[in-house]
Amino acid sequence: MTLTTAVLLFARYADELGAATVTVTVPAPATAGDVLAAVLALPGADRLPRSPLIAVNQRYASPSDAVAPGDEIALIPPVAGG
Amino acid sequence: MRSAIIDRPIDAASLLAEVASSAAGATVLFVGTVRDVSDGRSVRALDYKAYAPMAEKEMAAVVSEAESRWDGARIVCEHRIGALALGEASVVIAAAHPHRAQAFEACRYVIEELKARVPVWKREHYVDGEPGWVEGNPRRAGVTP
Repeated sequence: MTLTTAVLLFARYADELGAATVTVTVPAPATAGDVLAAVLALPGADRLPRSPLIAVNQRYASPSDAVAPGDEIALIPPVAGG
Repeated sequence: MRSAIIDRPIDAASLLAEVASSAAGATVLFVGTVRDVSDGRSVRALDYKAYAPMAEKEMAAVVSEAESRWDGARIVCEHRIGALALGEASVVIAAAHPHRAQAFEACRYVIEELKARVPVWKREHYVDGEPGWVEGNPRRAGVTP
């Protein structure tokens, strides 16, 4: 079984991969860290940090958190609001 | 009370009016504005982007935490996104409380947590050279993602 999911990218991370969304497929059941590893294997991802912050369903998540089909997964660059 | 990501100029006066109450003895208004220099480089404009649904959830959580910690505080916070000119307000926080010390502290808490946690990014457009994304400060210890 596999899990195919979109991953949202923002700011510099989106620029580095040339897309605001990428799609990856990982073996299921999967964790946020598994999805991250698949993103980091994409072309251009060598310019991303190895351990970026991850959000699942619009909340900060740990790489060990399980992800399920339909979850909204995002990589969060260092925030710079204010 | 309320927080929002908006794509139009922030009306600071309306935020002040929103937190006003007869119980308030002090209201602190914080206005963050676009500055013309960043790390020694001249900046001519900024644009802000947000992961808007998550940013609104995190801002709401920060405001709620402050209102729990400083009981009686009434807080409204708006962050603007899109293209901003020098001097324009990117973030405004109004914090009212029966007492001034708590109003200052609650307002400070909201801006510091917002800068550490809320997924908003800014790209600086320099007088010379290519625009660049600003990498924020590392998360402070003790702030739980």
